Formats: sequence, structure tokens, C-alpha cells
Amino acid sequence: MANNNTDQNKLTALDEQAVQYIAVGAAVLGTGGGGDPHIGKLMALETIRKYGPVRLVRPEELEDDSLVVPLSMIGAPTVMNEKIPSIEQMTQPLDLIEKELGRKVSAVMPIEVGGGNSLVPVIAAAERGIPILDADAMGRAFPESQMVTFYLDGIDCSPITMADERGNGVLMHAIDGVWEERMARALTIQMGGSASICDYPVSGAQVKKSAVPHTLTLAYEIGKTLFESKEQKQNPIEALLKQLHGYALFNGKAVDIRRRTEGGFTRGEAVFEGTDAEKGRTMRLYFQNEFLLATEDGRSLAVTPDLISLLDQDTGMPITTENLKYGARVTAVGFPCDPRWRTPKGLETVGPKYFGYDIPYVPIEELAAGKGGNL
Amino acid sequence: MPWTMMNNEETYRIGIDVGGTNTDAALLDSKLDTIHTVKVHTTRDVNEGIVESIRRLLAESGVNPARVQYAMLGTTHCTNAIVERKHLGKVGLIRIGAPATTSVPPLADWDDTLKAAVGPHAYVARGGYEYDGRTIVELDEAEIKDYLARMKGEVEAVAVCGVFSPVNASQEKRVAELAKEILGEGMPVTLSHEIGSIGILERENASLLNGALLNVIAGVVRGFEQALQSFGIDAGVYICQNDGTLMRSEYALRYPILTIACGPTNSIRGAAHLSGLNNALVVDIGGTTTDIGVLAQGFPRQSSAAVEIGGVRTNFRMPDILSIGIGGGTIVRAGGEGETVTVGPDSVGYELLKRGRIFGGDTLTATDVAVKLGRYEWDGARTEGLDASVCRQADEIITRDIEDAIDRMKTSAEDVDVILVGGGSILVPDKLQGVARIVRPDHYDAANAIGAALGEVSGETERIYSLDEMTYEEAMADAKNHAVEQAVLAGADRATVQIVLSEDIPLAYMPGNALLVKVKAAGRL
Repeated sequence: MANNNTDQNKLTALDEQAVQYIAVGAAVLGTGGGGDPHIGKLMALETIRKYGPVRLVRPEELEDDSLVVPLSMIGAPTVMNEKIPSIEQMTQPLDLIEKELGRKVSAVMPIEVGGGNSLVPVIAAAERGIPILDADAMGRAFPESQMVTFYLDGIDCSPITMADERGNGVLMHAIDGVWEERMARALTIQMGGSASICDYPVSGAQVKKSAVPHTLTLAYEIGKTLFESKEQKQNPIEALLKQLHGYALFNGKAVDIRRRTEGGFTRGEAVFEGTDAEKGRTMRLYFQNEFLLATEDGRSLAVTPDLISLLDQDTGMPITTENLKYGARVTAVGFPCDPRWRTPKGLETVGPKYFGYDIPYVPIEELAAGKGGNL
Repeated sequence: MPWTMMNNEETYRIGIDVGGTNTDAALLDSKLDTIHTVKVHTTRDVNEGIVESIRRLLAESGVNPARVQYAMLGTTHCTNAIVERKHLGKVGLIRIGAPATTSVPPLADWDDTLKAAVGPHAYVARGGYEYDGRTIVELDEAEIKDYLARMKGEVEAVAVCGVFSPVNASQEKRVAELAKEILGEGMPVTLSHEIGSIGILERENASLLNGALLNVIAGVVRGFEQALQSFGIDAGVYICQNDGTLMRSEYALRYPILTIACGPTNSIRGAAHLSGLNNALVVDIGGTTTDIGVLAQGFPRQSSAAVEIGGVRTNFRMPDILSIGIGGGTIVRAGGEGETVTVGPDSVGYELLKRGRIFGGDTLTATDVAVKLGRYEWDGARTEGLDASVCRQADEIITRDIEDAIDRMKTSAEDVDVILVGGGSILVPDKLQGVARIVRPDHYDAANAIGAALGEVSGETERIYSLDEMTYEEAMADAKNHAVEQAVLAGADRATVQIVLSEDIPLAYMPGNALLVKVKAAGRL
């Protein structure tokens, strides 16, 4: 495989190898949810085989007045795994945005770096010959459209454009991200349960201020660490924790998992018992598509919006809420979220209370230092 | 044997399980008691091993071949063909998907060797359905006829896979009609909705592999039937599926992919039968690996992860198996002066009887260690030259690895019962950490063949009901009745038939509040 990233310190283009790494890194940043990156990965690999590597542009390299558009898939991952998107469907929302705004798109970006949507913009970038931006608007995965840093900074989510595989295109103006979520969801059902969408068209200046920078590079680095450790038969978890400024929360095995489907989301909780040096400990992990809360003996270990990921103890590979099985040996790790999620508006949007957990948010750094977190 | 001693009414069944190293065969009577078992090496030409196993089974048991009523075969032929990319047939694929699905073409995740083996004819045609059964676009029959015409003379089978065909199979069925029209009535056609569930790439992969395996399974079935005939056995012939049920040989000829990975399922079911337990871990130690499965309420626990076959993702339901590289032939190495002992993961495999130290060979194996430590007595074993300290250290590693693997498969912290089967189970001591009881049933080294012989026959139904005309309960009951009748029709004993799978998909946008119901029932022969 040709290595197009000869500059060791800087990822400048996405080649096949980079896509493989990002898919794994995105699953770690997906904190158990965000959808399987498998289809997005295959779409990106196919594109790169056809067009060659796709250029990656950093936020600081953008002109302030350039137009950047997030592109993602909305709907049920199960539907997308059956009704895979068409190629045209991935560029049509860009055409509609350009027509509405009367100018060209300079770069596309993932709306979320966690899970399946991380690689979705690759195909549009290649088809249009524009770069993909090394940034997203979450720094992880979240389930709803308004859960983006652009929303926190009051950036207009409109115009919003959507497309299905038949050629139907939609142009929509929503008063805010919450209304966008309602209307886009309803359209998605009519479009057959899965659609492509552009929202929050932003300027270069807005990207620099409000996006979470360098997250594709971060996903790449995570994937690289996991793959290289696997090849060298080393435990990757330590390296990963260092890379992400994270904390090992718990080492143990899954002894009970309860899932239920509510309003299109997989909700539930899993119980883990400590193994080896941590025998006697018990951790509870609560999830709604993503892992949102980890507790032990009436105390929080990590709380949304900080990231909680489950890694296979041997391989370090991420485990999703869907694939978590009884008996799985895991290391639960926690990472600090982007600081914007810790503001009052950030916590109102994605904090524990929004997801129905009546507990206070305490940053993971404080919890790790033994401060606060009593339930 | 005097005539009077022979029970006039007694009938028998033969179960054969062909694995990578050994071919096991078992003879059971009508009460399903095991009469005799044999083990022979799996040969290059797999059929030779099958013939040899039947010959010995009959000769050593003295059973009259005419009294054998059923013969069941579980085999690794199809798995091997895919993994080795050998004997695969050329398949033409029509994906009914455009305008959707074009961003990931067919065979996208196949490596070049497998692509080359299956051939270049893969097309994406217009068509497909939504998740609720609505049509995305109609078929363009001229387009499909054109693709089929290009396959003429270049493919041995056709596979058809449409978007959401598990919800609505009409377009797939129409393409099958066109394929027969253009490529001849004899052209085999695999329809993806008969093979797998939602997840188009996995289902498409499985359908293509199914088409590529038709020649392989034809050879297997023909070889098996000829072998039986040559011994004067006139029995009903069944092939094992990976869900633990059997298919009649004529059905197997159409759905070879369903035979993939039936070995572990057979072992778990055999272990359940031999031990009389319904809930336990089954630890099957062979020549190269230890496979641990979970027996829950008498059936193997299914895996939730995507299953790869020969590097290709499929969506089969497979038993949840943890494999570790420890078996009877696993190689034990001792570093300088016996200081660092390592175990495996490589194995001498079927060459154990030649290369193992106790058999006069030059390689220290896990079996040598077990015999040296007195776990098992082997006539003429040469244990004198073996270093006791190395053996003890190796044994500690083997025991610890098996205990660790058992712990991984447990679903609670409580101790579990373990059923030990497979020829390599002599490696294991009588006590293991985290294990309540270790059960070593009779015929433990042929549990897979016994499991094959026990297989149940199944019947399936798939129907759309209108809930405007009946209740949900009435619809489910009707589907279940129909599946039971199908199982009985296939030869199942009505008294033993149970529903083994039941799923319903609401078709929200179809008129009349429609519900798609799929039910599978299975019972004993």
C-alpha cells in the first residue's frame, strides 16, 4: 500500500491505510455508539481506489470566508447497512447548498468523528475534488442533530439540505437545531429510513472558532496505535490513555447486560465485575446508543459529555453497545470531552440531565482525583 | 451373531463429522444410545475418510447395513473450499439495488484470489424495496436480460440479491425466472432472501459463496450416497446445518452455504446428549485447538458478532465459540535448561502419532505432557526421556489457559459445569478453577459425530399477514402451525417439534397493517 503521508508528524491525505486507521479510531471516539463505521469505510476505500488519496485540510489552513459544509447520514444504521447510499446522494446536498448560497463549497467535514459518520464525507470530497476538513462538531458521537458545538455557539443550522437515493432533494430552513432534528427525522422516515444531510454550513472563521479541531488526525492516531500494538503484540491501552489524556476506569468482565429499544434508541445498562487486581469491584455502565455514565458504589466514575469507551482487554479494540457480550473482558476508559461541552449550554444540551440521569456533572479529571461524584 | 439375539425391530442411524484433522463416525440405535464410534484421519480426498469410517463402523459393530435407516453428514468441505479457494464455481451476481447502493459495489471487501475464483460477472441493476416493503424503483427487465446474456457460457450459477428482499422477495423471484429463461432451466439460482437476513453486503456475500459451492456440495452428497450404497445402506440421507438442524440431501444441493461451521454446533449438541445436561460449558479439545461453547437450555448460545468466512463478512447465526490454540498436538518448547517453557500456538496436527515424543517422534506435545503426568495411559508410550519439570510447567500453562478461556465464556461469577469432549480432553486435570463439575461422558471423543446423528429436521414458513383481518396472536399462531406442518412433512416426529426461531417485521406502509412473519420449527426424525 502506497504511503501518501510521508511527513511523519502530519496527516495530509487520506489513503487506504489512513481510512483503516480512522475507522477504528472513530469507533473508540464513538463511545459505544455512532453506528458501525464498516459501510462508511467501504465507501471511502472504494472512492480512494477510484480517485486516489483525498486531501485533508486543517482548520488553520482555511480562508476565513471559505464555505465549509458538514455532510453526514441521518437515520437508522440498520437501514443504511441494507440500503447503502448511492454515489449521487452524497453530492446532491452539496449542489443544493451551493445553489441556495450562490457560492462554491471549499471543503466538506464530518459532523461527528465518532462512529459511522466519520468517513461519510470522503466520497463527496473525492467526487468534487475538494479536501476534507480535519475537524468535526462533536469530538465524539452523540445521537441528535443539535448536539454539535456549532449549536452551542449559536450558529445557524440552515440552510439544511437532504437527499435520498431516488434523486429527491430537500432544502429546509429551521429556526434552530432542535427543529432541524424534528423535521429532518420526519423526512428521513419518508425517504426510507436513511438519508444524506448537510447542515450548519459554516465559514472558515466559524470553523476556527467553533469546530473541534484535528479530530480526524486524532482518530487516525488512535487507530494507528491500536494496529501497531497488535502487530507488536503489545498492550495498546496504556499508549492510548497517554495519547488521549484519558483514565483507566475499570478492568473487569461483563456479567449482566440489559438492553431495550425506546424511541429508536438502544437504552440499557451493563454490570461489570472486577478481574485480577480489581477483584471485588463492580461497575455499572448506562447507555443510550452511546455509553453515558459509569458508576461504582454510589459514585460516578465518568459522566457524559466526557467520553466513556470500552476496550477489549487484550486487543484494545473498541466494543460497541450492540456487540457487548456476557463475559467480555474489558477495560473501561474515560477521556475529557471538548471544553465547550462543559459550559452551561453544553451541559444543558448533552449533560446527564438531558439523558434522564438525575445526577450532577463532574469533570473526569476531578472524579479521577477522588473529588465529588457522589450520587 | 445368532439370529435370535438380533432385535428384529431395531434400526440404526449413522452420524459422521468431517473435521480438519479427523473424521469421526458414530452409530446410534433408535433410542439414540451410542452403539459404536470410530475415528479416522481426514484424507486429502475427503471421501476416502468417510468410506473408511463407515467400513470400520459396520465391521466393528457387526450391525446389518440394511437396518441403517438414517445417515447424517456434517462436513468442513465447504469451509475448506472457501478458505483454500479451491473447487469454487463461477457465479454471476445481479444485485437489485440501483439507484441505491452504488457507493459500495459488489465484492468490495473480497480479496483478489477469491474474486478471481468466483469470476467477473457482477452487476448492479435497478430495483429494490424500502424497509416497509414499498418499491424504491421497478425492475428494468431489459437491463437484467442484458446482464444475464453477458453471463452466458461463463457462469455455473447465478446469485440474486435485492435491497430489503427479506421484507419483499418479489423482484428477486422475477429475476430468477428471467435467469432460467435466458440461461436455461438447469441454471442454479440462489436468491439472497432464502440465505440471510437484513444487511445487504453480508447477505450478498453469502449468496455468492453459496453459488460458488454448488459443485463442492454436489461432490460431497454424491460421494456420501455412493459410499452408503456400496455398503448396502439404503438410508435417508441428511446434511448438517450450522444451526443444529438437518437438511435432506436434495435441499443441501441448493443451499451448501448453510453447512458452514456445523462442527462446533454438532459437538455442543452431542455433549448435551451424552451428559444429559442442559446448561453447561462445552469444552471441545481437538488436535490443534480448544473450542469452548455455551449450552443454554439445550441449545448452543449464538454469537452476535458478524462472522467472517475466508475473509468475507457474512451474517450467519453461528454458535458463540471461543477458540484457543491448545490441542493434543500443540507443540511444547523449553528454553535454555528448561527455564522458559512455552506452549503452542502451533500444533503437529494429524501427525501427532508420528511426531509426538511418546510415539517415538522428535516433538514435545501437549499429549506427551498429559501422558507423562499420568492423566492418561497409552500402551507403549515412551515417557522415560521426558523432563518432568518441563512437563509440569507446560501443564500449568495449559491448565491456566483453559481456565482463563472458561472464565471468559461464563455468564456469571458462579462455578459452572463443564462437559469435556474431544480427543484432546485427556490434557485436562480433574479439577479446574471456577468449575463446579467436570463431566467426561462416554464416547467423549466422538461427541461431534453423535451430535451430527442427533440433528433435528426443520420446517420454515414466511408469510405476510394483514392485521386488519386477524389479531397478532392469530397471525403468529397460524405461521407457527404452518412451520410445524412443514417440519412434519420433512420427516420430523410431531410430538418432538418445537419452534426454534420466530421473528416478525411490521410493514408500516403496506396497505392493511401488514406483518411479515418468519418461523422455523424443528423436531426429531
